[in-house]
Order: sequence, then C-alpha cells, then structure tokens
Amino acid sequence: MSDGDTTYPPRDLASHPPALHEAYGSTKARAPSLAPVVVPHTLSELTGPRLGLDRHEAIDADLTRNAVRNGAPLGERIVVTGRVMDEGERPVPDALVEVWQCNAAGRYHHPGDQHDAPIDPNFSGAGSCVSDADGRYRFTTLKPAAYPWGNHPNAWRPAHIHFSLFGPATLTRLITQMYFPGDPLLPLDPIFMSTPAGARDRLVAAYDHDVTMPGHALGYRFDIVLRGRRATPGEG
Amino acid sequence: MARETPSQTIGPFFHEALIRPGENILAGDDTAGARIVVEGRITDGDGAPVGDALVELWQANAAGRYAHATDARAEVPLDAAFTGYGRGRTDGDGVFRFETIKPGPVPGPGNSLQAPHLNLVIFARGLLNHLTTRLYFEDEAANETDPVLNLVDEARRGTLIAQRRERGGQTVYRLDIRLQGAGETVFLEA
Ligand SMILES: [Fe+2]
Repeated sequence: MSDGDTTYPPRDLASHPPALHEAYGSTKARAPSLAPVVVPHTLSELTGPRLGLDRHEAIDADLTRNAVRNGAPLGERIVVTGRVMDEGERPVPDALVEVWQCNAAGRYHHPGDQHDAPIDPNFSGAGSCVSDADGRYRFTTLKPAAYPWGNHPNAWRPAHIHFSLFGPATLTRLITQMYFPGDPLLPLDPIFMSTPAGARDRLVAAYDHDVTMPGHALGYRFDIVLRGRRATPGEG
Repeated sequence: MARETPSQTIGPFFHEALIRPGENILAGDDTAGARIVVEGRITDGDGAPVGDALVELWQANAAGRYAHATDARAEVPLDAAFTGYGRGRTDGDGVFRFETIKPGPVPGPGNSLQAPHLNLVIFARGLLNHLTTRLYFEDEAANETDPVLNLVDEARRGTLIAQRRERGGQTVYRLDIRLQGAGETVFLEA
C-alpha cells in the first residue's frame, strides 16, 4: 500500500498547545500573532522526506552504549518502547524516531547548558531508531533528571525525553516530549501545562512491568500517534 | 480512533541529536539543476535574532518531482542525486543557509500549476508547535498565478518571496523570517 492511500483530515487543534502560552515566557516574543493561512493539500504537503536506516546505526538505539569513552554512563537504566501509529491506530512503519535528553544529573551535552550539574563523559543523550513493520520502536537509555531553567523563580522542568518523528508526509512531522508517570513537577511545568487538559496525559509514558528487563532496566511504554488515517479499499 | 500526540517545543538543546555537518547542503556534484544558495535571518517580535532554531527544507527536484511514492508521475524524471531534504540550524545571528538547486514547478489543485517553491519548517524554543511556510523566487513569472500565493493577502505576499542577487559567483536567494509583529511572515496550515 502506498502513502497515497493516507487521508489527512484537518489537524486536530484540540490536541495541541496554542502558539501563545503566557506562562511559558519564550512564547511571548516568538508566537506568531496572526492566524496561519489555510492551504490545500498539494504534493508539497502530501510528500516528505523518507529518512531511515541510512541515517543511523543500530547502536544509536542504545544511549547507554553509543557514546561510551571510558566506562558505563552513570544513572538508572531504562527501556522506552512503544508504537508509532496513525489516527486510525494503524502502524506507521519506517518512521525515523530521534531522541535527546539530559543525563542522569540533569545536564545536557550542549554548550548552551550552564546548569551546575556534572557532565557524563560517557553519555551524549542523543539517539535514533526506525519503527518496524508494526510501528514499534525501542530505546535503552538512562532516566533523565529534572533540571532548573530561567522561566520563573525556582522553575524546574520535569524529567523528559525529547522525540522527533517523520511519518509519511510533511503533514505528519512531529516534535514532542515524553514525561514520566507520577512526576510532581508536571502540574508546575508551563510547557507540559500548555497542552490542552484533555490531551496532556498522552505525553506521559506508562510504567510497564512487561517491558522491564529483569536485573537490568525498568520499562516504560510510550505510544505516539501521528496525524493521518490510512484508508483501505471500500472504507469511507 | 486514536488522537494525535500533542506537539511540544524543540527547546534549546537539540543540536547533538539533530544537527549533522553538511546536512544543509542538498546539491551534490551530480545533481541536476541551477545551483542556488538560500539564506535568511529569523527574528522575533522584538527584532531579536532567533539563534536556536532548526530549519528543515523539503523541495522538488529541478524537473519538479518530489522523491516520494505519493508523487508517482513517471513522466517527470527523478534525480538519483537529489533527495530534496535538508536540515540546518540558525547561528547566533539567527541566520540559516542552504545550498541546493532551484526546483521545477509542481502540480497544484485541479489543473493548476504551482510556481517553484521550497517548503520550510521551523522549530525553536518558544514555538510549542512548529511553523510551516514557503519560499518563492522573485524572478518567477508563475508566482502571479500560484494557487497558494493567491490565497494570501497581497499586502503580505512579499513575506514569502525571496530576493535574488549574485554574490561571489553564486546565486543567492534571501528570505528573512519574522515570527511576530511588523512584517510578520505568513505561516501556513495544511
Ligand atoms: Fe529538555
């Protein structure tokens, strides 16, 4: 079945944050003030880059190993896995999934991160993989920590992993963040809370004891739904 | 029916995972088409440079075909030396830059033809959702009848049209992007 069989109803705006969310200070000067111009779906919108296996190596799905220099990175090992699917709950195979996160002390491998927490020389926090025929992806990593930021006094981001996904078309492009269940910082975080109330829980992974690897790593499940609905002959 | 996973900001710390050197260069030695440089500066509502943006480019090849299964027009050639995808970051001055080829025209709704254009997607700290826009070329007569440009107020159309100049033997198209306020760029929702 080709990608041409996918239909794209209007973007589900109730699922996404508004452009301007005053509590998240960086939106104030960066959010466009005018509504976007609605355009038809031409080939420019219905196509998009097919990035995949050529972009990454298998080891990049294991962030505890892909940046090792002189030993194992420090922190709590976890497995994060889930399905990439469309709005019709059909799998999205061959989707490039890229992730990045801070280390187990709350510090990013990034010159712009000046937080006074140790850098881990064996952890870059960057990884990638490609979803399989059932839309499944899987990473091994370290549990990221909370970290402070300058948004407001005593502001802390809840632990999170950044996700970037390419589905079949430009219309399915998504960058999001995955959070951890039960985190007391979630209701205090203006980025998480910018998401409409009915949609927020979709950003929180579930602890899954079936994913947990005995003696090795706790398991979390995070399913990702991209825009679009694959049609089958005779449907609709 | 599943509901979409909400968008969240890319934040300021994506470079280690998403930026690879040279990925803003789309045209190789064997790519067909007229070489161009595309550049611009992204500024916010205060006029300050946006130095931590990710810019993605998606375009058709010189013949006007996208390297994607949905563009199945066998009569328009693919170019094995061109994927049509590029990715780059803005520097401290908010400037992004791509080296690519000028795309051909692609079909629009009905029997219309779209003027040559680049599709741009912008991510940055402070953008909870990514922004989509297009870059058109000032020296294309087809802009007059482009079905998307004609959906845009005439007074704002210029925010989508890059200006051409020659610089050191290169053809440079420049399009500055203003996220907010005076001269705000037209963003698109498909
Ligand atoms: Fe972060």
